Amino acid sequence: MTTPAISVRGLAKRYGAVEAVKGVDFEVRQGEVFGFLGPNGAGKTTTISMLCTLANPTGGSATVAGFDVVTRRDDVRRNIGLVFQDPTVDGYLTAAQNLRFHAELYSVPKDVVEPRMRQVLEMVGLQDRRDDRVDTYSGGMKRRLEIARGLLHSPRVLFLDEPTVGLDPQTRSAIWGYINELRRTEDITIFLTTHYMEEAEHADRIAIIDHGEIVVIDTPQALKASVGEDRVRIQSDDDAAAIAALKERFGIEAAVSEGQVSFSVPAGEEFVPRLFAELGVPIRAVHVARPSLDDVFMSYTGSTIRDAEASSGMAEFMRAMARR
Amino acid sequence: MTAEVVRVRVPERTIRHDVRAVKIVLHRELLRFVSDRTRILSSLVQPVLWLLVLGTGLSALVPSGPGGVDLRTFMFPGILAMTVMFTAMFSAASIVWDREFGFLREMLVAPVSRASIVVGKCLGGALVATAQGVVILAMAGLVGVPYSPSLLLSLVAMMLLGSFAITAFGVALAAGIKNMQSFFGLMQMAMMPMLFLSGALFPLSSLPAWLGLLTRINPLTYAVDPMRQLVFAHLRVDPRVEAAFNPGVTWGDWRVPVGVEVVMVVVMAFALLGLAILRFRRTE
Repeated sequence: MTTPAISVRGLAKRYGAVEAVKGVDFEVRQGEVFGFLGPNGAGKTTTISMLCTLANPTGGSATVAGFDVVTRRDDVRRNIGLVFQDPTVDGYLTAAQNLRFHAELYSVPKDVVEPRMRQVLEMVGLQDRRDDRVDTYSGGMKRRLEIARGLLHSPRVLFLDEPTVGLDPQTRSAIWGYINELRRTEDITIFLTTHYMEEAEHADRIAIIDHGEIVVIDTPQALKASVGEDRVRIQSDDDAAAIAALKERFGIEAAVSEGQVSFSVPAGEEFVPRLFAELGVPIRAVHVARPSLDDVFMSYTGSTIRDAEASSGMAEFMRAMARR
Repeated sequence: MTAEVVRVRVPERTIRHDVRAVKIVLHRELLRFVSDRTRILSSLVQPVLWLLVLGTGLSALVPSGPGGVDLRTFMFPGILAMTVMFTAMFSAASIVWDREFGFLREMLVAPVSRASIVVGKCLGGALVATAQGVVILAMAGLVGVPYSPSLLLSLVAMMLLGSFAITAFGVALAAGIKNMQSFFGLMQMAMMPMLFLSGALFPLSSLPAWLGLLTRINPLTYAVDPMRQLVFAHLRVDPRVEAAFNPGVTWGDWRVPVGVEVVMVVVMAFALLGLAILRFRRTE
């Protein structure tokens, strides 16, 4: 068995009284695309910061590419690429100057700097803009340049912190195109965080993280299968009465999320006629869906990812502090 | 896409690797400076204003009889020091800027020592500041300072040393600061008294005792005085006038020689550099 690309044991980070990450354990296999899925403020960025040697853990340990993130920092740094959530390219410099800066910092052998630069720039479609100053770039172009830069030194593990947040749909799909191409052409492990459910589907395995803890780790397919049941969402005239009636007449536990009463049943479509006949509370709309990652998230954490974000203003603040 | 992938192997960290990092951090400072024309221009306006406008205005108050000296000639080394000091501080401020705009993380996550980043930054700041100083130096003739090669060279050397120390001071200060506003606030608070108490703008002779003490504690005094000594060594001035305008720095009855002053600045520069590196090493 080859050594895992990332191995994490009881990793924890505390900022004052706030535990941003509460002792997480996981392993990422070589060549895998591993997704960290959770609402903003769940501890994703803090975990990445620790794995990338930018923050010291306050508990537990982790290795990346076989090296301990505290005692072998330089070895970790040599082997990782990092694409941050917010731009970290220098707007005063051109794309080529930014990449050359990176190549020098990583001591990329001089004879391969130019061919490798051309390769990564071509991959993200910026070769013809390489000599333009980066402050003339759009947000999407900057992110693409960051990805090119993160790959310039052929890292063994590439960390992508919310790689598509704030981007237009075309750039988002382009970025997924690069990721899929990378796993084909380069010998690389990708660790990414996202709070977009539909993006987590691209990962080989995902870990759902909430309030600094990993709730579950599995493939997207297995996670969806584990939820199994169909999701039914109804709009009624009286949500409280509807929830009470569901409990009393059908023995179903329902909850309100995003303004709708939602619950799971084995066969949703057959259940709907019974629902209308027996609920006794006027229903205005019904929606039945096969389980999605949203439902997986809901069933493991008890809230939708958007509700979780709405209540995590404080966590968001802590994260902003942590990033400094 | 092309089938063959160019693979890079990042070698283990060595001294050579750190030297490469110093060079590129330095190179970036220069690139940024050259690309920012507004900054070049604005940092030149101030010294010209001090020297040609304020200096000319004030010199009407100071009678310059036979064997006397133009106030602007006196101010010239001070204005050089001031230009260099402010430019160096601005370079140091870019660390705060880099932190605010994320670029600092690109450097901090790279497999290089924190020291090489700080050293590159300080050397870059020193070079940029000295380049600005050289532009002011070119105006020497306008205020009666001779264009003697030995004078110009030693002034440039002094500016390099002083600006290196000041960039190191700025970087040490900037290491703990998260936003530009507080850095500039702090910078103003530190720079203005240092400038006023350094003898850059008026002679330090015949000051009241408490002020005289402050000027002797001020590190900048020991960077400005050698520059003035150098300039006066190339002038023909009446000894009494020289005593008033170029009193040197005295500790009790001992006039501190230029050599000692320079050594003090060198020691300070390295101490500040060490401090800056230490402050940068700390990880959360």
